[in-house]
Amino acid sequence: MSLDSSVGVQRKLTRKEQRQADSKTRLSSPAASAFAVLIAVVWTIPTAGLLITSFRPSGDVRKSGWWTAFANPSFTLDNYVDVFGTSNVANSFFNSFIITIPAVLIPIMLALLAAYAFAWIDFKGRSFLFAFVFALQIVPIQVTLIPLLSQYVQWGLDGTYWTVWLSHTIFGLPLAIFLLHNFMKEIPRSLIEAARVDGAGHVRVFFQVLMPLLVPAIASFAIFQFLWVWNDLLVALVFAGPEYSPITRVIATLAGSFGSRWYLLAAGAFVSMVVPMVVFFSLQRYFVRGMLAGGVKG
Amino acid sequence: MMWLLKPETLPEKLAVMVVAILLFAVVMGLVLAVVDRPRLPKWVPVAGYLGPALLLITFGLLWPGMLTIRNSFYDHTGNTFVGWDNFAVIFTDEAFLIVIRNTLLWVALVPTLATALGLVYAVLVDRTRVEKFAKTLIFLPMAISMVGASIIWKFVYEYRDPGVRGDLPQIGLLNQIVVWMGGEPQQWLLIPPANTFMLIIVMIWIQAGFAMTVLSAAIKAIPDETIEAAKVDGAMGLRLFFFITVPSVRPAIIVVLTTIAMGTLKAFDIVYTMAAGGNFDTSIIANEFYTQSFNQNQQNIGAALAVLLFVMVVPIVVYNVRQMRISEGER
Amino acid sequence: MSHARVTRVLVAAASATALLAMAACSSTATPSTSTAAGDCAAYTQYGDLTGKTVSLFTSIASDSEAKPHIDSYKPFEKCTGATIKYEGSRDFEAQLPVRVKAGNAPDLAYIPQPGLLATLVTENPGKVFPAGDLASKNVDTYYQAAWKGYGSVDGKFYAVPVGANVKSFVWYSPKAFSDKGYTVPATWDELMALSDKIVADNPNSDVKPWCAGIESGGATGWPATDWIEDLMLRVNGADVYDQWVNHTVPFNDPKVVAAIDKAGTILKDPKYVNGGFGGVKTIATTPFAEAGAPILDGNCFMHRQASFYQANWATFDKKATVGPDGDIWAFYLPSMTADSKPVLGGGEFAAAFSDRPEVQAFQAYLASPEWSNAKADATPNGGWLSANNKLDVNKLTMPVDKLSYQILSDEKAVFRFDGSDLMPSKVGAGSFWKEMTNWIALDKSSQDVADAIEKSWPAK
Repeated sequence: MSLDSSVGVQRKLTRKEQRQADSKTRLSSPAASAFAVLIAVVWTIPTAGLLITSFRPSGDVRKSGWWTAFANPSFTLDNYVDVFGTSNVANSFFNSFIITIPAVLIPIMLALLAAYAFAWIDFKGRSFLFAFVFALQIVPIQVTLIPLLSQYVQWGLDGTYWTVWLSHTIFGLPLAIFLLHNFMKEIPRSLIEAARVDGAGHVRVFFQVLMPLLVPAIASFAIFQFLWVWNDLLVALVFAGPEYSPITRVIATLAGSFGSRWYLLAAGAFVSMVVPMVVFFSLQRYFVRGMLAGGVKG
Repeated sequence: MMWLLKPETLPEKLAVMVVAILLFAVVMGLVLAVVDRPRLPKWVPVAGYLGPALLLITFGLLWPGMLTIRNSFYDHTGNTFVGWDNFAVIFTDEAFLIVIRNTLLWVALVPTLATALGLVYAVLVDRTRVEKFAKTLIFLPMAISMVGASIIWKFVYEYRDPGVRGDLPQIGLLNQIVVWMGGEPQQWLLIPPANTFMLIIVMIWIQAGFAMTVLSAAIKAIPDETIEAAKVDGAMGLRLFFFITVPSVRPAIIVVLTTIAMGTLKAFDIVYTMAAGGNFDTSIIANEFYTQSFNQNQQNIGAALAVLLFVMVVPIVVYNVRQMRISEGER
Repeated sequence: MSHARVTRVLVAAASATALLAMAACSSTATPSTSTAAGDCAAYTQYGDLTGKTVSLFTSIASDSEAKPHIDSYKPFEKCTGATIKYEGSRDFEAQLPVRVKAGNAPDLAYIPQPGLLATLVTENPGKVFPAGDLASKNVDTYYQAAWKGYGSVDGKFYAVPVGANVKSFVWYSPKAFSDKGYTVPATWDELMALSDKIVADNPNSDVKPWCAGIESGGATGWPATDWIEDLMLRVNGADVYDQWVNHTVPFNDPKVVAAIDKAGTILKDPKYVNGGFGGVKTIATTPFAEAGAPILDGNCFMHRQASFYQANWATFDKKATVGPDGDIWAFYLPSMTADSKPVLGGGEFAAAFSDRPEVQAFQAYLASPEWSNAKADATPNGGWLSANNKLDVNKLTMPVDKLSYQILSDEKAVFRFDGSDLMPSKVGAGSFWKEMTNWIALDKSSQDVADAIEKSWPAK
């Protein structure tokens, strides 16, 4: 109960007040700002170069650097027209969504539960099991393909969405458990014990106390799981039937057997990048501050 | 019910997706309802919470992992036991020392530099007006597929001969900058060991976004009181960073370092696509694993290389478990 | 809440993509090239296959390349009632073994290398099925015996040829040649004399006779192996070539080293290479797909690459035409003498992973003249030919395809399959590629390269 009220107080601050409070605690000096800008610029220039390249005619790309495009502009939409002109672009875009959404939600939920058990239920062999789960991150996906596909064929599920979701869930779990466990165990014990004293069982503690506090962590992991599944080619190639293949597969085939249309890859990369960027931008609002304030006070 | 397995139209596909999510929710709901009754022995809730994840991991990762270990002791048909022969092949290859050296360079430099950059950046842009936008810029490389990333860096490292008069244009940005500064353009990816560092830069460029995002979430979780108290004590700027921020997010830093280290050990794409499949002394274990298994049909050697990756992870795992024990002691 | 937002994004994307889908549908709905589908007489031998489906898996994935294949099966589908389910993947070579091992093999697959076929057959006993009688008979009738050999493993015939290409081509600009008064060389010595002349005509400039590039991602080095194979045929002849491929002549035999050295007289001489890119070492980092471009820019005069390269010229310059009177054309890479004519080439083969009657029927169809001609009809933009002796050469629209077919069916021509595709993949897709790259990039000697490859050859 005390938690709820203090979060409420926190929320009552207006945006302006919040910003004023923020600016006081900010690490800011001209040098620091300059450094931040420098990193941002260095990080962005290569991508900007590709963006400009994706609008240039293929002949120019080969002959001159992308930065010269400003001096003598010659831009074209041809590359994008070609990418969107590929058959199955629309269909594949959809398949990507249908593959990605469950493949993000399911592993997060499973990982949250597992992380909860690792962090807040005392049982024998806990560290060992945790080390085991997290060490399995290193198994390269490539070695799992034949054993998994053999099973799916036996179950009669090969080439369906189900096996793609299942596979992505499996591959995402170790890292999800590892990351979420870390955030989960940072939550002060007093909060959970307070709830326990009130008579809450594991389910209530999990959903009412922990979940709201974990929103930033869940949001950040969700972004990455989304990204990995969205950009995945290997799992989709092996487990999804051709009629369910995602956008990455279309992009990968753009260049043709002998790579003669390599210049389309720049445009293709941007087409498939748009959605993850939107997801990143919109999930950022869950990176909120101060959710733990009440707990520490209490 | 065929459409549940083989949906054909878009509504059918969407329906399958909704069914899958609902099915999952119902099953998990039932499991939780069962294990949440009071006065059950402790292993029941543990099994309920941990069971589904462990089951999947055992089926999809542990089992194939065991098969891989087995295959590393068999020949490439998988039928004849050969003992340590596959490992002997790896360790007696003269180029292998370079592969090990490169792998160690990757796993030492990528996690530390990517994490350091991600952390500094997350702190610098935290609570600024342009935070969202600024973070998106660093995140951008993560969102680009590996194919996209390798094209991007091709336009950085590309070399063109300046010609007999030295005035032919460069199309790679790095060489153009070198030329503007009056230097000689270089074939960056052909000069060992500099080429390994050139490739490592690409990986850092990609991974810093991951570090920045996770650490930013951790920074947001530092209670304001902690910072206020430090300020009252007169901590500012760098002192605040080193004595308050870094210790507060230390567990998250370890997680990020660990995750990037494991990702780096496994990543073969950059070397494979940018350095011609690991030529010019740039190869790393993951790349050898991939080319042996898939290009050269030497699954046994590939399996032995994968086992080598497992072995390299052991110190990271041990370190993490110790950290976990320490933090539990504190709690 | 987040759900609302996700849903909104989804709906927006949905409507946008639905529009695209409609646009895509309407554009592909235009009548495809009609194949002479009225006459089903040649198809009665396959029987009535109504309701039967045959799945086919290939490495040909991009739209423009896959559509001609799909169209070429239409007469068969129409006359027999069978449905052909086509699937193309860029990662075919990594995927197919996984699918075969996991019990998820397609009915048929187009295998681009005999070496891969041999691996599949020996490592998956009972999973690859020998070709049926009809397919076997078709190949006997319509193909030279060598082609049946490439589709066989240990004397058993598995895979029918479904495509061919010629690699012994040198691309050049007819206009540039006539401007300078150069003529197409007929012997190796003339070729070298021409190279020297070009060097002499361009003193102190960046124009060079040859341009080359062997970068190809994880497959970097393969264009250089083609050079060595072409020179093996020219320096040592077809018999030694066969022994080299079978490893009865070791890879570091002096004859092989001599052939590598011969290739080096062009590829490793900074006088001759690498026009438009720089020195010898740039060959290692220049993508093969872009390596010919300097011919159009006037920085280079000759580029040795297979017939498929015709598709690349339009990407350098949309207006570039390929043909004897066009902007770009190809001549046969000359041999030591004008009357010997070794030809290096490659091809694809369709192997079956099922012996159902409809699969066998379709495999037989792929070996028939009906299919080769239907495929030629369905490929108006060229880039495909087969070695089927009943293929109507006039149906091949592109001059290079015509020329390739003529070379393939030339009495004097001695055809040999790309050697690296026949060697064990540890060599043919491993050390051979890698060492040729070292040969260029690290200036490793021909002897050292040959020794290293010989050392990597797997013990039988």
